[in-house]
Formats: sequence, C-alpha cells, structure tokens
Amino acid sequence: MAGHVLVIEDEPNIIEAISFILSRDGWRVDTHSNGVDAVDVVRAKAPDVVILDVMLPGRSGYDILRDLRDDPATSAVPVLMLTARGQSRDRELAERAGVSRFMTKPFSNSEVLDAVRALIPT
Amino acid sequence: MIAMQALAVISVAYVLFLFAVAFFAERAARRGRGAWLRAPVIYTLSLSIYCTAWTFYGAVGTAVRGGFEYLTIYLGPSLVLIGWFWILRRLVRIGRSQRITSVADLISSRYGKSNLLGVGVTVLSVIAATPYIALQLQSVVLSVDAFRHADPAAPVVADSQTMTAFWVAAGLAVFTVIFGTRNLDANERHHGVVTAIAVEAIVKLAALLAVGIFVVWGLMGGVTETLARIDASALGEWQVSGGRWAGLTFLSAAAFLCLPRMFQVMVVENDSDAQLRMASWAFPLYLMLMSLFIVPIAVAGLEILPAGANPDLFVLTLPLASGQEGLAVLSFLGGFSSATSMVIVAAIALSTMVSNHIVMPIWLRLREGTASFSGDVRKVVLRSRRLSIAGVLLLGYLYYSVSGGGAALSAIGLVSFTGVAQVLPAMLGGIFWRGATRAGALAGLSVGFVIWMYTLFLPSFGAGTLLPVNLFDQGPLGIAWLRPQALFGIEGLDALLHTVLWSLSLNAVVFISVSLLSFPQPLERLQGAQFVTTDHVGGGARSWSSSAAQAEDLMVMTQRILGAREAQDLFLTEAQRQGLSGSLPDPTPDFLEVLEKRLSGAVGAATAHAMVGQIVGGAAVSVQDLMAVADETAQMMEYSARLEAQSQELTRTARQLREANEKLTRLSVQKDAFLSQISHELRTPMTSIRAFSEILRDSADMRPSDQTRYASIIHDEALRLTRLLDDLLDLSVLENGQVNLNLRHGMLADVLDRAAAAASAEETGPLTIRRRSDNEEVLLYTDIDRLSQVFINLIANARKYCDAPDPVLEIRVRGDVGRVVIDFIDNGSGVAPDAQDVIFEKFSRVGEQKAGGAGLGLAISRQIMVRLGGTISYLPGQGGAAFRVVLPTDLALAAQ
Repeated sequence: MAGHVLVIEDEPNIIEAISFILSRDGWRVDTHSNGVDAVDVVRAKAPDVVILDVMLPGRSGYDILRDLRDDPATSAVPVLMLTARGQSRDRELAERAGVSRFMTKPFSNSEVLDAVRALIPT
Repeated sequence: MIAMQALAVISVAYVLFLFAVAFFAERAARRGRGAWLRAPVIYTLSLSIYCTAWTFYGAVGTAVRGGFEYLTIYLGPSLVLIGWFWILRRLVRIGRSQRITSVADLISSRYGKSNLLGVGVTVLSVIAATPYIALQLQSVVLSVDAFRHADPAAPVVADSQTMTAFWVAAGLAVFTVIFGTRNLDANERHHGVVTAIAVEAIVKLAALLAVGIFVVWGLMGGVTETLARIDASALGEWQVSGGRWAGLTFLSAAAFLCLPRMFQVMVVENDSDAQLRMASWAFPLYLMLMSLFIVPIAVAGLEILPAGANPDLFVLTLPLASGQEGLAVLSFLGGFSSATSMVIVAAIALSTMVSNHIVMPIWLRLREGTASFSGDVRKVVLRSRRLSIAGVLLLGYLYYSVSGGGAALSAIGLVSFTGVAQVLPAMLGGIFWRGATRAGALAGLSVGFVIWMYTLFLPSFGAGTLLPVNLFDQGPLGIAWLRPQALFGIEGLDALLHTVLWSLSLNAVVFISVSLLSFPQPLERLQGAQFVTTDHVGGGARSWSSSAAQAEDLMVMTQRILGAREAQDLFLTEAQRQGLSGSLPDPTPDFLEVLEKRLSGAVGAATAHAMVGQIVGGAAVSVQDLMAVADETAQMMEYSARLEAQSQELTRTARQLREANEKLTRLSVQKDAFLSQISHELRTPMTSIRAFSEILRDSADMRPSDQTRYASIIHDEALRLTRLLDDLLDLSVLENGQVNLNLRHGMLADVLDRAAAAASAEETGPLTIRRRSDNEEVLLYTDIDRLSQVFINLIANARKYCDAPDPVLEIRVRGDVGRVVIDFIDNGSGVAPDAQDVIFEKFSRVGEQKAGGAGLGLAISRQIMVRLGGTISYLPGQGGAAFRVVLPTDLALAAQ
C-alpha cells in the first residue's frame, strides 16, 4: 500500500528534494507552501503523515501543530517537524506542541525516509 | 603705549593661568599626587595674602604721607611669627585637632559652641572686611585707570570704573565658587586656591622687586645715590611718633592673628607644624623683601612724577612715566595678584562663617521637625557657601560703587584691622585661660565692637555722612565725654590710636572681669579644657590633690565618652544624691562605681576602670593621655560612620551590577534571536545542497536532464550561501569595524547606470527603470563602490518584490546645497505600514520570500549610508514601495 504524505514547506528546492525522495520510495506526496491555511489543507487531504516546517510564511509551524492537535479530526496524525533553527529551545517548543518526530535541517535523505516509515500507523 | 585691549588680554590670560594652576593642583591632590602641595614653602607663600593691594600700592603712599610708618605693617606679623610663635603654634594645633573652620568657629567652639558668639564674630568680620574688599576692587580700578590715562587712544567709556570693578568682582566670585567650595569638610584643604595664591605671591614679590631695582639702578643711579636722595627728600624729616608706632605695630600683629583670611590660610589650611616652622622665618623674610624698595620708590615718585600724582600708584606710574611698559604690566599684575588673592581667601573665609553660623542655623531651624538626609544637607551647605561668596563679593562691590572709592588706601585698611582686632582678647583668652567664659567673651566683643563702630568705622565715612557733624563737636545729647573722637575727655590723640586704645583696652577689661564674675557652663568648661590643654598632649604627669579638680576632670573625660548632655545629667543626678548644690559630685567610691559602670558601657569595663582609676588614683598618666584615648574612641566612631558610607556605596554598586546584568540578559536574548536567524539562513540552502547531492549520489539511473537540473540547484544554493556569508561579513565590518572608504570622484548618472546593469545581470525579471538623465549630472566625491552597492540593492529589491503586472521603477534625483536626494519608487503595492519600521533590521523579510535574499540588504544599505554621511529611509504614501537616499555630494566637505 502506498502511504500519503503532505509536505508543508516554503523553500521550493527543499520541497522538490523531499518529494523526490518520498516518491522514489513509493509514497504519494502532496505539497503546500503556506502557513495560513495549512490546517485546512491537512483536514482536507487527510494524509497519513505530515512533514511540517517551522518557519513558514504567514504562520509558525508550532501554531499549526497545536491547532492540529486540538482538532479531533487531525489530533492523531503523525507530524514530522523540520527546522533550520538548531536551538534546544525549538525542540522543547515542538514537543510541547505535540510533535511526533523532530529533525534539524540539513537532514540525510535516508533519515527522513526512515522517520516517515516509522511514523506510518500499521 | 600699551593699549587697553592688550592690558585686558594680558589680565584675562593671567587669570586663566591661575585657573589652570588651581585646577591642576586640585587634580593632583585628588589623585593622591599632591604631597608637594603640602610643602612648607607653599604654605609660607600663601601667608602672603597678608600683603594685599594695600601693601603693594599703599605702602608707597603711606611712606609719602607718613615716612617710615609703613614699616609697622610689616613689623607686626614679623613679631608674631618670631616672638609669638608659641601663640601661633597653639592656634594651629587647636585648629587641627578641633577641626576649626574659621575665627568665628574658633570663638564659638571655645565658648561652649555658642552660636550667638559665632554670629557676632561673623557680623564683625563681614563689616570689617567689606570696605577692605572694596579697597581691593578700587586698587584694580585705579591701576587700570593709570593705563587708560597713559593711552590716549583708549575709548572713553562712561561708568568704565564701576564696570571694571563689577567684572573683577564677578570673575573673583566665579573663581572662588569653583575652587573654594569643592570640599565641604574644613579638614580637607583648598589646595587649588592655596597653590594659585602661592603663585600670586611670587608674582607680586617679583613685580615689586623689579620696580624697586629699576628705580634704584635705572632711575636713581645706584645705592649710594639713592640713599643720598632719600636723606635729601622730605621723607627723612618725618617725625616718628612713638605711640603711633607702637600702636600700629600692635594693631597689625593683632590683625595678623585675627583677620579671617589670615586665619584661613594660617590655621585652616595648615597641615603640619613643619609648615609653620618654615613660615616663622621665611615669611618675615618675604615681608622684608616686600618692604625693601618702598622708600626709594616713594622718593623717586615724588621727584620725577608731577606734583599731585597719586602716591598710592607710584609703583605703577613710575614705570609708565619712564616708558617701561613691560615693567608697568608686571607691576600691574603684581597689584592685581595682591588684590585678587586677598579677595578670594577673604571670600572663602567669610562665606564659611556666614554659611556655618548664620545661614545653616536658620535653615536647620526652618526645617526642624522634617526629615532630612545627609545628601540633602550637603547640597544646602554647598549652595549656601556659594551664595555667601557671591554675597560677600557683592557687598564689597556695592561698598565700592557707593563710596566712590575716595579714601586713601591705607586708611581703609587700618579701619578694618582695628575691627577684626576686637576678636583678639576672646581668642587669646580662650586658648590660654581656662577661666574665660562665654559671657565674658560676648561682653568684651560687644564693647569693642561698639566702640570701634562709634569712634572709627562710622566716622570713617566722614563727619556728616552717617553721623551728624555736631556729634563730633558736642557728643551725643551734649554729653562731651562721649564724643566719638574724644572718649572720656581724652583729646588730641590720633583718631586711629584713640580707637585702638579704648576699644581694645575696654574690650579686654570687660572680657576679663565678666569672665571672673560669671560661672561657665559645663560644655564651656569642657571646651575650655580642650583648647587650653592642647599643647600639653603627652606632657607628663600631674598630681590630683584637690577633689574638685578630680571631679572636674572626671566630668571632662565623661563628656568625651558619653557626650555632653548625658554626662551632665549623670553628674547632676549624682551631685543631688550627695546633697551638693553644684553640678559636680564628690568623687566618693559610690559615685566612682556608678561612673565606671556607665563608662564601661561605652569603652569596655577594663578601660573604664583604668581611666577612672588613673584620674582618681593620681597615677602617672595625665588627663591629656586619657583625652587621647577618648579621641581615639571618637575616631573609631568616625571610622564606623565611614564604614556605613562604604556599605551604602556597596549597595549602590550592587544595584548597578544588577542593572548591568539585566542589560546583558536582554542583549543575550537579542543575540540568541540573531544566532537563530543566522542558523536558519545557513541551514536552509545547506539542506537543499545535502539532499540533492545525496540524490545524485544514490541514483545511478537518473535522466541526464534531471541530473543537470539538480546539479544547478546545488550550484545556486551554494552561491546563495556564499552571498549570505559575504553579506554577514560586510554587515559585521560596517557595524563594528573600521571601514576604509575608497573616496573618489564620480558622476551620479554613471553610478546609477552601473547599478542598473549589475542588478539586471544578477536578477531575471521584467523591470522597466525610468530615469531623467538631466538631473543626474551631479558630481560626487564619496565611496562610489559602496554607493552603487546601495543602489543595486534597491533596484534588485524592486525587481524581486514589485508585484505590479508591469513593474516600473522610477528613479528621481533632486539636487540640494551640498547634498543630493535620490528617490526609488516602484508601482507595486508597497510595504505594509506596520512593516515599514522593521525593513531596515537584519533578516527582516516582508511577505512571501523569493529566492536569493537573506534579508540583510537594507540593513547593509543603511550602515553604508551612515558611513557615507547620509541616510536611507522609507517614503510612505508614494503608491508603490519608495525609498529615499540622501547623500552629501562631497563627503570630505561634509566631514568638516
């Protein structure tokens, strides 16, 4: 079965890289590059895994994550968070918001792939 | 002829020089490098304020009018220093140990800290000194006038004399306020003032000697010739009146001790006995040198200058008349020094008295009941001192302008001398006679003061001015023996001598008799004991045979330890318990036990026992030794007060540290945010680079077109990284470092051309740039490369962020005087109002980010514009995004 991943990220090159890696592994990939309506998109597309950037135009990844967790429809979806801000405080904020997995950019491709595989509910 | 302007310039330069001397001396003292300031020679020279303008100019006048009589003015102080050295030494030691701040303070402290006496002495001193200060102002005015008459080109200015006097008084007030009210504690000395005065002492001596040498060898033709002409002159024929000589010598000796300004330099500013020892021989020498050429100058002046020339100005007019302008200027400076140094010290001394004995007590009484803090009081004391200084000088100036400066110089001086000499009986009695009382001092002073006012001061204004003429002929109410100048029917006596005789003798008689008749209060007795025994510190054993003496000394000691009131209460209670009528109990064992207990609370049981035992037991330790012990206790208390001050300072330091820490924390938060931003900007391109290089590495079967595409992404992101690092370094240098600007000439049009080309080469996208080339012909002298960096950034921003379907950037140039204004306006939707403030901050990006910028461009542009002496700002309300660059056309000119 092919899982469904939604990538919410604003850097076009990073979107392209993640899409490539996941597609090659057989995943179905949707992308979205704006923070403002990200919650609606997650609700609409109901992906198996969300990959979420922290610094998004319009809204921060932490706020989006909190909203997802507050909504019963999306509270269970696994979220892999990627951030380019490498401070320990960021990890704390993410964990408090209910992140499933937290990774710092730059990442290795296999790492992302492993993380997504591990997050998919069996 | 020396021009008036030149004289004014020289005077001002001299005054500035004195300011500098005082300033550097103060600084050296403050930095602890002022050991030389306490050199005995400086102390000795500072005593020379005794030689005012009165002695500088007036001595010659006195010699012309009264022959060798002028010598008495020098003889008095010399006699005091040589013959009465022990009086001086005692005064100085008392001044040091009791921290005396003025004559008024000395008298007031000695007689039981009586403020009434303090006020009395202060009033007397101010009244006596005011004409004297006026006299100094007058001497400066007269000496300036001498130059004015000698300079036909000088403009005739109405009221010029009063103006000169006013400016001199104002300048002296400023100097005295600056250097005279630096320290509050009288224990700290006025090093700046004293050093400046020492310099002035040298100047006036040098000036007088120079004039004298010129007269003897230049005008008279040698010593023998001079002596012959002195013999031939009228001066030699003056009859010496023995009574007047003795009277004047005694008067100047008394004044030397009692003058507030002499007390200031001699006692208050004194640091050690060594200073006094040197002064005792060196100052008479100084006086001798000052008097050496008086007679030759007087004789020469009488011979050479036209009849009717003012003899008080011979010192100045002789060189002027002989065409010796340099010498005349030196002489002028000498007189100026004499006048200013006297006025400065007199103002300090009088202001201390006025402030401490009149202003502060009134202020404290007014504030009674309200809380006050030490810092508060300090400010008030300083302000009151400063106002007093201004007040004293204003009085002197008013006296001068009202009196018109008519009387001969020396007459005013002697009136002053007689006034202050009234303090002498109370002063000498106070330091030598334990029996002198407050009532005695008050009575003596009052009698002396009244006689002086009535017979000398008021008449000195001239009969009919302040006192009616018939008073002098018939006496008040027709009582002949009360005529001001013939008291008790003694007529035909010299007016001055008459006053000196009556005022001082009656003063002394009343002082002694009232002292004998009145009973001193305990505090007076305590102070009296301290003052009278100062010399005997460690002086050896005394036997205590009489119990009264024992009780008295026990009292003195107890007051030192417990304070006056508590000690008095204790002794009074004990005396009543013993059934005695006085305030001193008999030293019975019971009493001694009680006393010991009370004392041990303050100094510890062992010490208390030893102290009491040694007084009562007549052991080989004197009361004075015990006093020393008690003084140490007082020092300990002072030390603990200082500790308290230190602890307050520590609290203050702690608060400052806390504030600094908070500031650092704030900075640290800012730094974290900045690092976080940098991290983001660096990691983002690195993420793409890493991801795509792994893809290229792991996918062998990739299509060539994809390979090329991914490789070029890696390339672009690597460029982005490089650019970011360049920008960061650039910004770091611009913000913190030394930027070497490469200044050269260039036309604005060329700079804009190049910037437009560079911006288009770097960025792709349709952007039309509209310019009007005729306005752009502006020649710039600035860092052309840095400027075009700013322009490239603005054009690239328009290309990146202008959201119009057909983006147009208009560049408008407007020239102004010395600067040029360049506006960059596009036709997009502009920057949102709330974002306009932050766009110049680092890493601020507004709206959707397009690839390329890290948000440093405008931050860098702003820094560059600061370095180029210009500004860059956002112009709201222009339709699209609009930036204004303002630039000086010539940075080199702008920097001037």
